Amino acid sequence: MSDAASRLRRLAAFFSKGLLFLATALSLVAVLLIILYIARDAIPFFKLRGLKELFASASWFPSGHPPEFGALAIFIGSGLVTLGAIVVAVPLGVAAAIALSDILPYRLRQAVKPVIEILAALPSVAYGFFALVIFAPLLQNRGGSLLALAAWLIALPLGLLLIFVITEIVTRRVREDVAQAARLILAATLVVILVRGLLALSSLLGRVAISSGTNALNVSIILGIMALPTIVSVAEDSLQAAGRELREGSYALGATRAETLFKVVIPAAGSGIIAAVILGVMRAIGETMVVWMASGNAAQIPSPWFNFLSPVRTLTATIAGDMGEADQVLGSERYHVLFALALCLLLTSFIANLASEWILRRQQRRLGGLK
Amino acid sequence: MKIASIFLTLALLAGGFGFAADANKIVVDGSTTVGPIAKAFAEFYMKQNPGVNITVSESGSGNGAKSLVNKSCQVASMSRLLKLNEYEAAVHSEILPVAHVVALDGIAMIVHPGNPVSKLTMAQVKDIYLGKIKNWNQIGGPNTAIVIISRDTNSGTYETFEGKVMKGEKIAKNCEYVGSNGAIRQRVQSTPAALGYVGIGFLDNTVKALPIDGVNPTPETVKNGSYPIARPLYMVTDDYPKMGSHLYRYINLYLTVKGQAIIEEIGFIPVTSY
Repeated sequence: MSDAASRLRRLAAFFSKGLLFLATALSLVAVLLIILYIARDAIPFFKLRGLKELFASASWFPSGHPPEFGALAIFIGSGLVTLGAIVVAVPLGVAAAIALSDILPYRLRQAVKPVIEILAALPSVAYGFFALVIFAPLLQNRGGSLLALAAWLIALPLGLLLIFVITEIVTRRVREDVAQAARLILAATLVVILVRGLLALSSLLGRVAISSGTNALNVSIILGIMALPTIVSVAEDSLQAAGRELREGSYALGATRAETLFKVVIPAAGSGIIAAVILGVMRAIGETMVVWMASGNAAQIPSPWFNFLSPVRTLTATIAGDMGEADQVLGSERYHVLFALALCLLLTSFIANLASEWILRRQQRRLGGLK
Repeated sequence: MKIASIFLTLALLAGGFGFAADANKIVVDGSTTVGPIAKAFAEFYMKQNPGVNITVSESGSGNGAKSLVNKSCQVASMSRLLKLNEYEAAVHSEILPVAHVVALDGIAMIVHPGNPVSKLTMAQVKDIYLGKIKNWNQIGGPNTAIVIISRDTNSGTYETFEGKVMKGEKIAKNCEYVGSNGAIRQRVQSTPAALGYVGIGFLDNTVKALPIDGVNPTPETVKNGSYPIARPLYMVTDDYPKMGSHLYRYINLYLTVKGQAIIEEIGFIPVTSY
């Protein structure tokens, strides 16, 4: 190659590397600038009102005379609906991912996976509209029966599974010819106890009257459904990535399907599953439209704190709802407090991301280079 | 070929920007109460003048004032007057707000149609929203906890309610907040224990409006001043619009016979009666 040609080639390489570097730097700089600008406008609030009021007081009256900016009830509201979303989405999501990757037939997985990924793209305002217009009146008119139905749907399969396992374990030491009969008798008694317990519980729940359908329960369920596709998709991908060789090696050593699943595959995909859960939780924390439309927006601490049937207010809905009234020139405390809340949200996701990184790294070190 | 397509895109973009700055485009922003009037006027005006483009958004009176001060709208529809600090901000940005009263409105207290309670006093409404009266059976209704619903604080309807009913006292903490008149009506019509407030223009047969201190919320009682929770509705412009311009003719629709018919159709009260 001549001198000129090789110089040209080196120049082209330099420019293309520079362009790629610029693209990366730009995205990094954008994120840093967002954090910087939010922090810059949040600091004046703390200078004006101090740290204590925002985090310790539960009186949120930004338009009152005098205004009060106690956001404790709002933090608790955000935490409560996130907790509810986790309870709904994580067991269902991880179980669905495991079922799709290892238990259900492959053809079903090929059909279901794209549908789940489309569900993740549904606009959140559609979920919010459904929660406000259909789900809230449903909870108000038939709340008790819905709760009772949910109790049956959750407790019956789990109970039957538990009874099966218990009977197996208890009759292990019994003589072979009597074992079958013993198992049947034990199972029958336990099933009767389970059904009677469920009937009592469902009649108790059926009497619960939900006065307002826009509450933490409504939002938690909808947020859980929104986070579900993310969790299922990412967890299932990481389970698949564990690889056929791993599973086949485990079977070759004589492990059963359950042993392979719980002792080999899931630990290998563990970091990916945790990443999926954290992604889903982040989606729930940052969701605005659904909570603004359907959570009731009442800045109160539910009594007791786990009362999901009371309306709550979240950080995201507060920022969205109060934005119109707070102008930079007009009400400076009211303007800056919204940035302070946004900063808290940013810091929460930042910490959650750091935590997930730490967990992933520990997992990788423990598995010694398996992934 | 590639350079030609880049030039074409840039030219189209430049043309688009130029189009945005002309006098045939009016942007209206603000109150969800005045929104229906602004939209109806816009439809009527655009049909008569096909070259004009009027867009109406409803993000709350506070937002409307903010947009006017930031020069991102030409008309701020508001269900309350600008506050002192909003006037200050406007003057600071060299905007001269001129308020046109386009209609009169009352705020009606609404309950579910199945609620047996048939009247309220101002003192009772205030006590309910303060949290002192918590159950319907304290005012002659069934034994259910009252679910109080209010507009979010960026709303002119909320400001009127706070000023005329609460007289500045703080609403109870368990009060639910929603973002528009329509949302309150939707919540009240599906929640038997709910109490909320909407502009008179939003009353229909899916909710029941209660008389306050013996006075029903109707156009007549608002006009003669006997209904206690009443207010004017404004459209605010920067300075008086240039006479003969599209903005001038749009703003002054409320003075025409057709404009007043539109206002009455929506359910508000025209300022004059022809």
